[in-house]
Amino acid sequence: MSLSLSRRDPLPGFGLSLGVTLAWLSLIVLVPLSALALRPWELGLSGILGVLSDARVLAALRLSFGTALVAALANLPLGLLVAWVLVRLRFPGRRVLDAMVDLPFALPTAVAGLALTALFAPNGWLGAPLKALGITVAYTPLGVFVAMMFVGLPFAVRTVEPVLRDLGTEAEEAAATLGASRPQTLLRVVLPALAPALVTGFGLAFARAVGEYGSVIFIAGNRPMVSEIAPLVIVQRLEAFDYAGAAAVGLTMLAISFLVLLLLGLIQARLRPGGRA
Amino acid sequence: MIPGPAARDPAVARWGAAILALLLLTVFLALPLAAVFTEALRRGWGTVLEAYSDPDAMAAIQLTLLVAAIAVPVNTLGGIAAAWCVAKYEFPGKRLLVALIELPFSVSPVISGMVFVLIFGAQGWLGPWLQSRNIQIVFALPGLVLATVFVTFPFVARTLIPLMQEQGRAEEEAAATLGASGWQTFRLVTLPNIKWALLSGVLLCNARAMGEFGAVSVVSGHIRGETNTMPLHVEILYNEYQFAAAFAVAALLALLALVTLGAKTLLERLSGRRGEMV
Repeated sequence: MSLSLSRRDPLPGFGLSLGVTLAWLSLIVLVPLSALALRPWELGLSGILGVLSDARVLAALRLSFGTALVAALANLPLGLLVAWVLVRLRFPGRRVLDAMVDLPFALPTAVAGLALTALFAPNGWLGAPLKALGITVAYTPLGVFVAMMFVGLPFAVRTVEPVLRDLGTEAEEAAATLGASRPQTLLRVVLPALAPALVTGFGLAFARAVGEYGSVIFIAGNRPMVSEIAPLVIVQRLEAFDYAGAAAVGLTMLAISFLVLLLLGLIQARLRPGGRA
Repeated sequence: MIPGPAARDPAVARWGAAILALLLLTVFLALPLAAVFTEALRRGWGTVLEAYSDPDAMAAIQLTLLVAAIAVPVNTLGGIAAAWCVAKYEFPGKRLLVALIELPFSVSPVISGMVFVLIFGAQGWLGPWLQSRNIQIVFALPGLVLATVFVTFPFVARTLIPLMQEQGRAEEEAAATLGASGWQTFRLVTLPNIKWALLSGVLLCNARAMGEFGAVSVVSGHIRGETNTMPLHVEILYNEYQFAAAFAVAALLALLALVTLGAKTLLERLSGRRGEMV
């Protein structure tokens, strides 16, 4: 057998499958995203900075990123609790609970937005009692927070859950046998092992919340400077045919998200066993 | 995974945690769902059926089905091709390729729609050229399909890649060595091994395709009876204070979500493998 024949891969289809993949990826994702990267520069750097220093754009970016950070943070204890219950406890209805966690993924965002608005409106099932307490959720930044928490929750649960499952219980039992109290075990043994997963969950929930549109705009009320999110500002600029301005806001959002995720990656590297703590 | 006696929490703590989790999830997840169905049925079944038989609603349902019928097969074929080359071969840049395939999930839906407006819109790169030839992409079916393909891009690929990587290529190599053609190898060896995961990926892709709002909203132009998908129709009805009709159409989409979750759970049991939605 000649050298060229023996080196040939017996399994056909590499060229075809790679070709189809690259064509599919380029046409649908890479070329369109290059428009986002290039079009803001039509304004020049000063033009971009002009768009970004617009008070309304700044307020929207601050609301989107600030609220997404808080919502993702608030999802961590909730996600940890739900993951713990799903992994460590056996009780009737556990499967339903398990399936329910994925609901925010499966539910179309417009439906989620409508549902949360109905629930938290001043006459809604939760809105009415909250109103009696003096808390208004719908049509305020608090509504934005609630919607962002809703869409982020599955990320917090589903990133911690497999790590907690793989962790097993041996380390905890060893710690207990060696005389550690239960809170000590949880704080010094379990939590450090889960920390990298918690950071991942936080990052995913944050990224999703920042860009979220459908579930937020119904409950937010969209008052300029108060409860208007950055994606809505993009939509408005596009409708006014200010494409470059819209692209500038979009590119900025992606850039900030990327920096946040990069930072989280660095934090995560330090949290891993063997990382410099 | 139930810990031994040394590390077991007191029953009060265990039950407390379970009840708290159930309570929080009920308030946070089940109540919104219940609110949709309650609002939809507030004026009775008559109103619900009326909302569905409205010509604009019918057009929206048809358009949603049409868009999904184009977008889902495109991403299924692309996803299978991507999973095949990533899982069965070694080549430089593979990790970058996988990362790029996942990229659409980390882009805001509004940005996903906007990129096509930036290219095909009136002020887009190709806008004037398209206009001079009377080709409509944005504010028409092609734009809706493109935006939908973008946001549902990774679903099939990301369900198949880890599974096919785990399965390796020994079986396919054996088939090919014994003289099977590439297509025969795929159909008779690979496909039976991945069918449940493939179905699960297609299902999730379809649910997102039919339910997508942000991306589609940007490219739709909201022309009633023409470029309105179901989620966009919900928004229009809601903004026109036709709440009963808005919730009736929303309930239909919520049912789609519930069926998808149920089918996904069933597929997980059939395949003995947990599908990742995240």
